[in-house]
Amino acid sequence: MDRTSKFSKVYLALVFIILYTPIFYLIFYSFNSGGTMSSFESFTWEHYAAVFSDTRLVMILINTIIIALLSALLSTVIGVIGAIGIMYLRTRKTRNTLLSLNNVLVVSPDVIIGASFLILFTMVGVKLGFASVLISHIAFSVPIVVIMVLPKLQEMSSTLIDAALDLGATKRDILTRVIIPYIKPGIFAGFFLALTYSLDDFAVTFFVTGNGFTTLSVEIYSMARAGITLTINALSGLIFIVTLLLVLGYYFVTNRPKNPLRTGVPK
Amino acid sequence: MQNSSNRSFYLIPYLAWMLLFVVAPIVLVIYFSLFDLHGNFSFVNYQNFFTSVYLKLTLSSFWYALLITGFTLLIAYPTAYWLTKTKHKQLWLLLIIIPSWINLLLKTYAFIGIFGVFGPINAFLSQFGIDQQQILYTDFSFIFVSVYIFIPFMILPIFNSLDKMNPTLIDASRDLGASTWKTFTKVIFPLTINGVKSGIQAVFIPSLSLFMITRLIAGNKVITLGTAIEQQFLVTQNWGMGSTIAVFLILFMVIIMMLTGQKDKGVLSNGQNK
Repeated sequence: MDRTSKFSKVYLALVFIILYTPIFYLIFYSFNSGGTMSSFESFTWEHYAAVFSDTRLVMILINTIIIALLSALLSTVIGVIGAIGIMYLRTRKTRNTLLSLNNVLVVSPDVIIGASFLILFTMVGVKLGFASVLISHIAFSVPIVVIMVLPKLQEMSSTLIDAALDLGATKRDILTRVIIPYIKPGIFAGFFLALTYSLDDFAVTFFVTGNGFTTLSVEIYSMARAGITLTINALSGLIFIVTLLLVLGYYFVTNRPKNPLRTGVPK
Repeated sequence: MQNSSNRSFYLIPYLAWMLLFVVAPIVLVIYFSLFDLHGNFSFVNYQNFFTSVYLKLTLSSFWYALLITGFTLLIAYPTAYWLTKTKHKQLWLLLIIIPSWINLLLKTYAFIGIFGVFGPINAFLSQFGIDQQQILYTDFSFIFVSVYIFIPFMILPIFNSLDKMNPTLIDASRDLGASTWKTFTKVIFPLTINGVKSGIQAVFIPSLSLFMITRLIAGNKVITLGTAIEQQFLVTQNWGMGSTIAVFLILFMVIIMMLTGQKDKGVLSNGQNK
């Protein structure tokens, strides 16, 4: 018994080391004045300074954040409306059909989403750039929001709405005073997930972004294809800190460890 | 009365959205797959797909996806199992998940350095007198990086199903004289098969369509269905052929989902809060 538990500890430690090594490796070399990821010469902040002095990169960072915030906000609104709509559906069959439709976008490989949206935008005549990227990020985030909000809605007793109606509440009152407050944790989780999906997305953006507009992921891709630049390392150091703060913030705000933080591969 | 007007008020925007961004794109992909390069209606793309080039590509893509999923499962299952045995298991789970929040591109980029000719792995190997190896741009590096990226997504559903399992069942199995191995194969694994299925679904489908890792790590040596689609759409500009491959990828996706799907007890009770 004792042997197996020792072995299990070693195994878990090994998995943790493998999972974290690449991340710390990146951050470690972001302080390297040598300019490579193999020999550490001396400590420097110059790569971090390079990130902030590169106006193009800063613009891309700002674009990425704007897209993430806007798409998370709009997809949360559409998703919440959709989830409430699904809740009102009485027949199980229509509800299941809608839910499978909803799941299509969650399971679809990002290449398919990207390619099909590229066709869609070209057919409809949406110019590739900010608008197309924003719309596609909203599109793949809506189903996630629906999935996070729906369980909360199902948990809610329908008598609450009946009671509100009996007491003379209007449609709007029911939404803002009864439903929304009840499903707030779900909305919050959905918003947060949509935010991270947008920040993480590479493949979909890669397909639907035109020449003029780039997000951070696409920019890192083209930089990485050109070879090793320690500016990327400095970026990853910054992103790691921000991610850590976001995750810990989310964890402590919701403090609902039963809810899995994340499932599915980022789009 | 109130209810039905309420319903359409909420449903219509969402339905419109779904129609525009789920149904329309799929229909468009199928439509485009029926046109050749010159815009004529034909089945030439489908004919092309069944030539040896594309069949080989599909097979190798499946083979890589199978390898990636297999290794991921092999590493993730024991991890998930022992995680449920730790104290503060939710905290440890959070720590396993944090790396999956770091941008995919950055993690992949890290391996360009780690596996590089002057990278730490080669430095380590040279300690034992092994010559510099070309690790980057090999099948090994491609599979390693993919497994690395997918591990958390496999651990999560398995952890959830292990966590839900009634621990007294294991005690019962032991009391009835089953060995540890037998308890695992006859009790634990069958009871957590739904988590395993969700994990396989979450890893297999994306690994069929990876294209960023193949480009950065495998240096165009590995071609997956995703790489082929990206190539046809963005490089060759042959949307018809790209759409045809996409149609098949969608088909494979549906098949895999049916194989790994589980009977829904409630609307969202498939254990995987996706």
